[in-house]
Amino acid sequence: MNSIRIPILKVGNVLIASIQVALHDASAVQFKDDLLEKIHTTKSRAVIIDLTAIDVVDSFIGRMIADIAAMAGLMGARVVLTGLQPAVAITLVELGLELPNVLTALNLEKGLELMQKQDQLAEEEESGYDTL
Amino acid sequence: MTPSKAAVIRSDLDIVIARTLARDTAKSIGFGAIDQARIATAVSELARNIFLYAGTGSVTVREIEKHGRRGIEIVCEDQGPGIADVNLAMQDGYTTSRGMGMGLPGAKRLMDEFTINTEVGIGTVIVCRKWRN
Ligand SMILES: Nc1ncnc2c1ncn2[C@@H]1O[C@H](COP(=O)(O)OP(=O)(O)O)[C@@H](O)[C@H]1O
Ligand SMILES: [Mg+2]
Repeated sequence: MNSIRIPILKVGNVLIASIQVALHDASAVQFKDDLLEKIHTTKSRAVIIDLTAIDVVDSFIGRMIADIAAMAGLMGARVVLTGLQPAVAITLVELGLELPNVLTALNLEKGLELMQKQDQLAEEEESGYDTL
Repeated sequence: MTPSKAAVIRSDLDIVIARTLARDTAKSIGFGAIDQARIATAVSELARNIFLYAGTGSVTVREIEKHGRRGIEIVCEDQGPGIADVNLAMQDGYTTSRGMGMGLPGAKRLMDEFTINTEVGIGTVIVCRKWRN
């Protein structure tokens, strides 16, 4: 099947994927595979998925996002969703889907900030530094 | 009766076409952004069910009116295998395809009216409506 490939950029330790088109099912599956492969090959610790242009997240796409977050977690990477439209967020909850393991941020910039903060905290913990 | 528009469901691409048709119609009726998302998401779920379980079918969308109130009606029809136990299928998390099992109950929550008619070996017809405030 011809599926649309979503470009995945590496910026520092962070992978950024901005979904700009309505994903049909085959492209969504392709994206999940591509992203997990890229996390593995680049050993990235953080992934930002920007959904600013997405106006429908149904249970199929919701499930894919939850799967990506869970699998990335097993590979040692955190996932942040950015740019979730308010109408999409409301609909997701009403549909009955919550994304418990997924962090969200208002936009790409805030998403990057969040990742950097989390990285700092993790490093401080690793070095036994008292964060209080 | 206002004219209806239909999308034939044959592939996963048609799911996107059907929900875009529903959203555009909802917008032209004057539904706000949140209701547009609710309607498009419900159609996405029901169209995917047609594709997954029946293979082919159709989604028909039209404007409706009752007591001066405008709304949208969506009819999802297929001649697939039908659903043996509708009550079970309407439960959150019930799935026969390792899905999320949120499609039918979720679509019902997102719309104002939801009726399902199904017969094993004959097919499934789901009619749902949403009214403007
Ligand atoms: N159009 C249909 N034709 C036949 N069976 C259906 C149809 N729609 C739904 N079903 C049945 O109802 C179950 C629940 O559907 P749904 O709530 O959408 O969850 P999911 O699709 O994730 O399994 C499906 O697993 C399937 O067995
Ligand atoms: Mg379904």
